[in-house]
Amino acid sequence: MDRETHVEAGTRLFAWVWVYLLAITALEVVLAYVHLFTLPAMLTILMALSIVKAALIVAYFMHLRFEKMDLVLSLVPAVVVVISLLFAFFPDSLRLLELRVR
Amino acid sequence: MAKSSAAALERAEWNGGVLPYGVGHKKLGMWLFILSDSLTFSALLIGYAYVRLASDKWPTPFHFWPSITMATVMTFCLLSSSLTMVLGVASSKRGDAKGTVRCILLTMLGGLAFIVLHVNEWMTLIHEGVTLTNNPWGVPLFGGTFFTLTGLHMAHVASGVIYLGVVAWGSAARRNTHEDVEICGLYWHFVDLVWMFVFPLVYLLSVSAK
Repeated sequence: MDRETHVEAGTRLFAWVWVYLLAITALEVVLAYVHLFTLPAMLTILMALSIVKAALIVAYFMHLRFEKMDLVLSLVPAVVVVISLLFAFFPDSLRLLELRVR
Repeated sequence: MAKSSAAALERAEWNGGVLPYGVGHKKLGMWLFILSDSLTFSALLIGYAYVRLASDKWPTPFHFWPSITMATVMTFCLLSSSLTMVLGVASSKRGDAKGTVRCILLTMLGGLAFIVLHVNEWMTLIHEGVTLTNNPWGVPLFGGTFFTLTGLHMAHVASGVIYLGVVAWGSAARRNTHEDVEICGLYWHFVDLVWMFVFPLVYLLSVSAK
């Protein structure tokens, strides 16, 4: 593929990613509007959709999909592991709720 | 890039090469900054989840109109500004300085619209009596977490707009390399990405029951 057609294809691809991102956002807002789910279910659904959106942004807009795999493997697992470690605090949060003076 | 030259590059990199990741030092630096900044935002979001979980009741003050609708429009502004940013990066790759500047200016417009709408939202809440330490619903941490999270994000948007302005200036004067524009784009998309988590967690999970 020569450079000019590559750029053309890129523009179309980015426009599609933008459409997907808007569609997922619309879905999230509709879900919030209809109030069908309990809070924990809603949290799970919204986080799943947000992770998809984040992945789209990082992969296409931030171009990570087209970088060397070494870079991807250095950045992504580090973030995922450290963020997961932060979840270690949640049992304490529930403990606060149980033990508090009401 | 042709396959053979890519393979040659790959071989050369560790043989006394200087670019093990195949990206420039500035770009790698921005990626590392984004890494640490994403941990800052994660810590804040998880802190917010922590105090919300530990609270008996958490206020859900956002009505569909105007708060959620406005926040949705803000999301649209940021997502669209990300699109204009990638188009700007593509223009810069083609060596089209005029197109780059135009796209970056549109991106700044999206960022500014976001800030104006968000400040408006803040003012409404402040008039309702929400402060960092107090609010009408009796859960002081609501204001603290809301203003800290959205405030830090807004500070990122504001500094992003300034950064974009500097890069647009440089592109107009043809002082910028393609990499400078691309790195600025990385930062801007990251700011957009953070909002993709702030918006559902702070707004959509606090929609007032009808």
